[in-house]
Amino acid sequence: MLPYAVSIKYMIGGYIVIFAILFGYLISLFVRWRKLRQDLRTLEEMQKRQ
Amino acid sequence: MRSQPKGLTFMTILSGLLFLGALWMVFVYAPLEAVMNYVQKIFYFHIANAWVGMLGFMAAAVAGIVYLVKKDMKWDIVELAAVEISLVFFSITIASGSIWAKPSWGTWWTWDARLTTAAILEMIYLAYLLLRQGIEDPEQRARFGAVYTLIGSLSVPITFFSIRIWQTIHPAVIGAGSSSAVGSFGMTPKMLATMFYCLGTFSVIFVTLLWYRIRLGVLAERVEQIKLQVME
Repeated sequence: MLPYAVSIKYMIGGYIVIFAILFGYLISLFVRWRKLRQDLRTLEEMQKRQ
Repeated sequence: MRSQPKGLTFMTILSGLLFLGALWMVFVYAPLEAVMNYVQKIFYFHIANAWVGMLGFMAAAVAGIVYLVKKDMKWDIVELAAVEISLVFFSITIASGSIWAKPSWGTWWTWDARLTTAAILEMIYLAYLLLRQGIEDPEQRARFGAVYTLIGSLSVPITFFSIRIWQTIHPAVIGAGSSSAVGSFGMTPKMLATMFYCLGTFSVIFVTLLWYRIRLGVLAERVEQIKLQVME
């Protein structure tokens, strides 16, 4: 049987990695969305001026 | 672009609640496994991520086929979205599997049939994202993507069935695996319920993320079109 102290360390490590990748991706989606919205606003203003 | 559809808001809330439920199932409801105890709890998210990862790669292939038939760019957006999200889930699968492997097999990584086919699968779709960026013409890029995901999807069943085709140390969850598997465990009804709950939860999360990513793709295309109009 795996010692509890060793086993719990790997479990915590595993879930930290899972959360980091998952939430990292969510943040990347949010950042890209905001940037595109900003680009769209700028381009629409340029279009109006033309 | 229109404000967020009500359906997407509903899916987001549902995904969040199901995710919290999955954490409760894994850490409170599911019993400790006798040999590996705590580290076995990685298994529930590991398998759920592998499931949605492979599902997404197959969905991308289907979107690719539809694009080739209809020549509608929206299917290229769906295809790209499915690949990107599946890559995220499959990266989680490989990373969490590696962390589980260290105390179970005594190594982070071994060039075993299942691990090797999974690594190849990940590389195939990473290459898809990189190669797409090198093609400027949108229609050529979409055609390339469709054919690529169709051929790439062949690696999904190879990865899935690798533990039944070759001798491997990776345990099989359903049915009998290889006789050389290390780290297999019998699942109690509570463990099985937790596993199926996580599979369902991550399927819902996948659909929600796919919806968000498709909206992002549509917005990116709109920005690109206006940019071209402004430049003319």
